[in-house]
Amino acid sequence: MKNTLKNVFHSPRFVVGFTIFMVILLTVLIYPYFVTRDPLLGLGKGFLEPGTYVSVYDTNTAGTYRVELPEANMNRMESSVPMEDRVTIIEFLTAKGVDVSHLTTANGDVPELVSLWQENYDEADVKKSKYPGFTTQAKRKALARMDARLSGDSATAKMTVTVGDGDDAATTTVNDTDYVKVNEVANSITLPLGTDNFGRDTLTELVKATGISLLIGLIAGTVATLLGLIVGLLAGYVGGILDDILMFIANLFTVIPGFVLLILIYYSVGQAARGVTTCALVIGFTSWVWTARSVRSQVISLRNRDHVNLSKLSGHSLPRIVVTDILPYIASYVVMAFILQVSSGILAEAQLSLLGLGPKTTDVPTLGLMMNWAKLFGAYTSSNAWWAYFPVILVIALISFSLNLMNTGLDQVFNPTLRD
Amino acid sequence: MSEAKTRINKDFTNAPMCLSGRGVTRVFTAGRTRTVAVDHVDFDFHVGEFVSIVGESGSGKTTLSKMLLGLLEATEGEIQFMGKPRDISTGAKKREYWKGIQAIFQDPFSSYNVFHKIDSVLLDCINMRGGKNLPKDKKIEMMTEACSFVNLKFAELTNKYPFELSGGQMQRLMIARIFLLKPKILLADEPTSMVDACSRATILDMLLDLRDETGMTIIFITHDIGLAYYISDTVYIMEHGKFVEFGKADEVIINPQAAYTKRLISDVPKIHEEWDLSTVDLKAAE
Repeated sequence: MKNTLKNVFHSPRFVVGFTIFMVILLTVLIYPYFVTRDPLLGLGKGFLEPGTYVSVYDTNTAGTYRVELPEANMNRMESSVPMEDRVTIIEFLTAKGVDVSHLTTANGDVPELVSLWQENYDEADVKKSKYPGFTTQAKRKALARMDARLSGDSATAKMTVTVGDGDDAATTTVNDTDYVKVNEVANSITLPLGTDNFGRDTLTELVKATGISLLIGLIAGTVATLLGLIVGLLAGYVGGILDDILMFIANLFTVIPGFVLLILIYYSVGQAARGVTTCALVIGFTSWVWTARSVRSQVISLRNRDHVNLSKLSGHSLPRIVVTDILPYIASYVVMAFILQVSSGILAEAQLSLLGLGPKTTDVPTLGLMMNWAKLFGAYTSSNAWWAYFPVILVIALISFSLNLMNTGLDQVFNPTLRD
Repeated sequence: MSEAKTRINKDFTNAPMCLSGRGVTRVFTAGRTRTVAVDHVDFDFHVGEFVSIVGESGSGKTTLSKMLLGLLEATEGEIQFMGKPRDISTGAKKREYWKGIQAIFQDPFSSYNVFHKIDSVLLDCINMRGGKNLPKDKKIEMMTEACSFVNLKFAELTNKYPFELSGGQMQRLMIARIFLLKPKILLADEPTSMVDACSRATILDMLLDLRDETGMTIIFITHDIGLAYYISDTVYIMEHGKFVEFGKADEVIINPQAAYTKRLISDVPKIHEEWDLSTVDLKAAE
């Protein structure tokens, strides 16, 4: 036993798979101790991009510090002169005949571009001169709007903020060199993966969903493996009419596509009754067939071995022979089948949920449900919110990859013909 | 092996019957193919007799032995055990039957459950003989005695796994098992074919000792007619699931009647003569 474990942990594939899986599992277990918020709590409305969000309201009450960043103006420029504007400026200046060949749209050139713009732009002149490309009224109006924007930004400004209302209102002046310390602001939140369509923190939701999906996989895998093992052992060892009956049932399940069966059972159960456990059980009860078939064939080849005959001659009972003389010989195989069943259970849940047949949507998130929500609320298309679905896909892929890698590693250890 | 031990040369025809069969048949069907492994064989094994069943590979020896052991059901025919029709319809009756008949298998390497220690094999035998509640010391004493009967030291074997032993040691341990069980009939299915010549002599010697000591019937299944001649009282020659000839070992081998027996005898390599290969049927071998 000890030796087998040692061999298993010497297989690089198994170790890599095991490490990935353990990292995911540990994250799922430890993360809730750091972020105690309800994973389904809506923080805002709609998709928010990943980033740190600082309360504007609270920045006014936080203490200010004087910081003179040399590149402060340039940074402001960068965030206020968008790329399209820079392109338009270059187009306009070129049309007017100003030499801008040494300038590009890069950040460093923005101040010079803006000053050249202010020297050369004149609304009346544009109307009169009809520069190529800027002859239509729409274009000219766009230029006028851009000019208004740029002239507002170029001045280093002081802002006046009113705090309070009515008679208590007091105004404070905010200089462009005033800074607040982020951790002194009463409210700020870092959303590494943004929020989903309901405004839920995607990362927290994802961790919870991974945990639930793993649980579904575990329950489904255990049910499928146990059921397959019992059917396979009985059919294989007892044989005869019992074998015929059990294999008839197994054949029925094989002929009817498992997924269709899954959808039908799932649909008839109804949305209200579809909890996480029901979901896992239904998946487990429809995926035992191939485990049963392969266990059966292994048992058939084992039952005529001499050690089984000797055990019979020693007067051992049928259950004892099955448990002590058959089961240990197929244990490695069963462990491998179990790992694959867990993996396919997780995938089956994702498929079902993506079709809208997942567990009740109000209770818990699952990986499949997150995909379903992302699809329903246009994260793939209109909102272009990659953070709402891509991390989910990645986690599903990683779980399935790590489990399959573990399985291949084990296969290599237990099946000497596969060793390199 | 000393000459005195090899054969008693006793006439067993009037000895009490321990296992006999009439029209025992076994047919294997797989889809449409139908293989008759054992075809209506009749046999009478007497108490204390050393019977050899000789035949080439695929002649149905092992199928017959499995039927005798009750591990395989006969398609047809009747087997009598100790003068009464054999009844192994329930698990309890089977267990009772197996107290009377035990086996040593061909391949010692696959005869043991590799997950169990050697002690458990021997303890099972003590339990089967009703010694479950004996004190631990007594059990160890019995196991030590059984091991020393086959020239093994129990102290060296205890807590070891079967795969830590050599093939010869494993097969001797199988005999130690029989020594503990003391069944009325021992069915030895080619017990020497997987071990070296030296261990073979030791194992045969031990089987004969066991017979002398407990008076058990030994049914020895082999493909080696020379070996059968040296140790058996009675020889049954089996070809394609049928007994083509049987009788006292001397009579059958010195004066064979069936062509198949003659061929088997001529196929035995002899040390002082040139090996006669003219009778080898190449077509049959294919």
